[in-house]
Amino acid sequence: MRRLLYLLPVALFLCVAAYFVLALNPNRDPSLLPSALIDKPAPQFALAGFAGDPGLTLDSLKGQAVLVNFFASWCEPCREEHDVLMRFATQSKTPLYGIAYKDKPEDAQHFLKDYGDPYRRVGLDESGRTAIDFGVYGVPETYVIDRAGRIRLRFVGPLTDNDVAHKLLPLLAKLAQP
Amino acid sequence: MITELGQFALVLALCLALVQATLPLWGAARGHAGLMAVGQSAAVAQFLLIAGAFAALVHAYVVSDFSVLNVAENSAVAKPLLYKITGVWGNHEGSMLLWVLILSLFGAAVALFGDNLPPALRARVLAVQGMIGVGFLTFIVFTSDAFTRLHPAPLDGQGMNPVLQDPGLAFHPPFLYLGYVGFSVAFSFAVAALIEGRVDAAWARWVRPWTLAAWCALTLGIAMGSWWAYYTLGWGGWWFWDPVENASFMPWLVGTALLHSAIVVEKRDALKSWTILLAIVTFSLSLIGTFLVRSGVLTSVHAFAVDPARGTFILVLLVIAIGGSLTLYAVRAPALSGGGLFAPISREGALVLNNVLLATAAATVFLGTLYPLFLDAVGGPKVSVGFPFFDRTFAPLMVPVLIAVAAGPFLAWKRGDLLGALQRLWIAFAVALVVVLVGLYLAGFKPILAILGLALAAWVAIGSLSEWAERVKLLRAPLPESWRRARSLPRAAYGMTLAHLGLAVSVAGIAASAFAVERIELLHPGDTIALAGYQLRFDGTEKVQGPNFTADRATIAVTEDGKPIAVLHPERRFFALQQQTTSLTAIRTNFLADLYVALGDPDATGGSTIRAYWKPLTPWIWMGAVLMAAGGMLSLFDRRWRIGVAARRQAPAAHPAPGE
Repeated sequence: MRRLLYLLPVALFLCVAAYFVLALNPNRDPSLLPSALIDKPAPQFALAGFAGDPGLTLDSLKGQAVLVNFFASWCEPCREEHDVLMRFATQSKTPLYGIAYKDKPEDAQHFLKDYGDPYRRVGLDESGRTAIDFGVYGVPETYVIDRAGRIRLRFVGPLTDNDVAHKLLPLLAKLAQP
Repeated sequence: MITELGQFALVLALCLALVQATLPLWGAARGHAGLMAVGQSAAVAQFLLIAGAFAALVHAYVVSDFSVLNVAENSAVAKPLLYKITGVWGNHEGSMLLWVLILSLFGAAVALFGDNLPPALRARVLAVQGMIGVGFLTFIVFTSDAFTRLHPAPLDGQGMNPVLQDPGLAFHPPFLYLGYVGFSVAFSFAVAALIEGRVDAAWARWVRPWTLAAWCALTLGIAMGSWWAYYTLGWGGWWFWDPVENASFMPWLVGTALLHSAIVVEKRDALKSWTILLAIVTFSLSLIGTFLVRSGVLTSVHAFAVDPARGTFILVLLVIAIGGSLTLYAVRAPALSGGGLFAPISREGALVLNNVLLATAAATVFLGTLYPLFLDAVGGPKVSVGFPFFDRTFAPLMVPVLIAVAAGPFLAWKRGDLLGALQRLWIAFAVALVVVLVGLYLAGFKPILAILGLALAAWVAIGSLSEWAERVKLLRAPLPESWRRARSLPRAAYGMTLAHLGLAVSVAGIAASAFAVERIELLHPGDTIALAGYQLRFDGTEKVQGPNFTADRATIAVTEDGKPIAVLHPERRFFALQQQTTSLTAIRTNFLADLYVALGDPDATGGSTIRAYWKPLTPWIWMGAVLMAAGGMLSLFDRRWRIGVAARRQAPAAHPAPGE
């Protein structure tokens, strides 16, 4: 029994190493991940906004297809993604809304002030409750919600221009058709 | 020609490493003195060869020999000479060469300064060092050749990443590697001890100075990296829990635990198999850190170019080195005889607590770093768990560590008196209480965690000083008596006090960052903002020409009550060759607080975004790290590590050393 304890370190290491092997696989598609909520109604939320701004509620988004992006000022990949979102916001008619995940309002505000603000409105999810309801793994994550309030696409990790062109825009075009 | 010599030297070094990895081991098993001695000459020769190869690459960089692919890709004629040299390790191939250079330096040091080691142990240690050398030299020669020629040679190189053109980052890697790779010696000693099946106090006495030296270098290396992030990223942040930062922080945490548990092995002959495990894990984490940075598995600001082939190679090395040593541990460690017994409340008990907490902290960081990676591996995303995770898991673990740091040294070996120790800490407790009360009075309840952090820092600082005062009987004996005692205290004792004080200073700096004040404003020339009692007037920007960049340099006049204090010049540098912009913040420090100004983007109306911060005690974060390293160095020069001291001790008091 005691000997088994001494085997523990090597066993743990082998598990870690197995993950490394998977991580090295160049063929994996790192971005698309099914969500249990695909084609289901998005979870209800009503989030406060920055001081003086209106907040963000699910009901206020209905009526047209929208993009909801979970971000945080402390998140490195979000900074990477930010330029893509800025371009998206200027080029696409689809509204983009932000949810600041576990972020202090002042930090999130500084982040947007400095890097530019691509969002129509921002909701503050300081407790992370809304993110849990959506099943967010971490930031950034982006959801496409259609006019009826159903989730149509979940995108985990930073968006690239390529993803916008080949995954988001075709879907948004389809959703825009009556 | 010189480049080819470098290449040959490297291949020869690989052959020698093969010899060093095998013959001494065989010799040690058969008790053959000649075969064992091969290790020493092989280690020294290997170091000289790798140093030659490294010098050849430095030469190619200095003379801008663009017929060498590596130079053409990472250097340029217009680059300042200093950065031509530091650019050698600013890329994958060169930094791996630096890695093995330092590895062989440590191997040669064991060979040259290990005269007091038993020959069989030294032979085995050198053989294990040789094996690590074989692994990494193979990696370099077959996948990361720095000497590949390029034909035709271009007229100018592509230049290096402008971010690296900075003194802080230029010297960050060598210190980091001295730390990472320095732990390889502790690893080799651990593996050698497992092969021999014997761990005793003498073993710990040999291991500890090497660990200490590596730890000091790593402390400085991490501090340098964090300082660099502070003054270049322009956000006032100094630690981002970035995967690459964490990769260096994990070996530091476990290495700190190893330093402390080795004391227990040395003084009390206990905790042997745990110490061996720590030695293996510390170096393993260094290797994993190297893997994470080199393989491109993690996306990070620090990461070099992605190459799955290299990643696979390092992974194989990782599995052989870590898997092999841990398997050896599983087989041999149960047979290691347990040592002295001790009560839970004792110096050993306090050190065990320190070890458990530090190891847990390292595990937390490991999880936080690799969770996104694991997610990525199962087909998932690249996400960031970021600050909230680390704030909630790491910080609470540090509270008991800090409480114990002050109390531990007061406890006696074997069986301590907690009540007595706490009584002797009453001054520290009183000061901590005063800090809390003053903090609450001045700042209210909101920054309560920061106030508690400051109180903990005071507790550690005063506690460490009290321990020193206790030892020299300050104010309890006549002053000359205290002076005599203070002079005869071993350097290791001063090292400990200094290092613990350094920890307190760093903690104070970290805690006080909650009191920072910031203003981010769009300013036009002539505009003034007020910040923490200072007035900052923006006088516009001008274009400045650097050696290989053009810069927008802002002029910001700082006044306090109308009196001019300083003129700050934050810059944004544009590197035309790489089409990249870097920022250079302007910091004015009085060692109690930093005034920190960064220049943001200009807007169409001729204004510029200015980020200005007032950061109290922030410089203490790095000053504390320097103190910690200084404490480690002081300890390193303790008499007991010096050659022959162990032998002299066995003939006590026959001829006391002069000066005592």
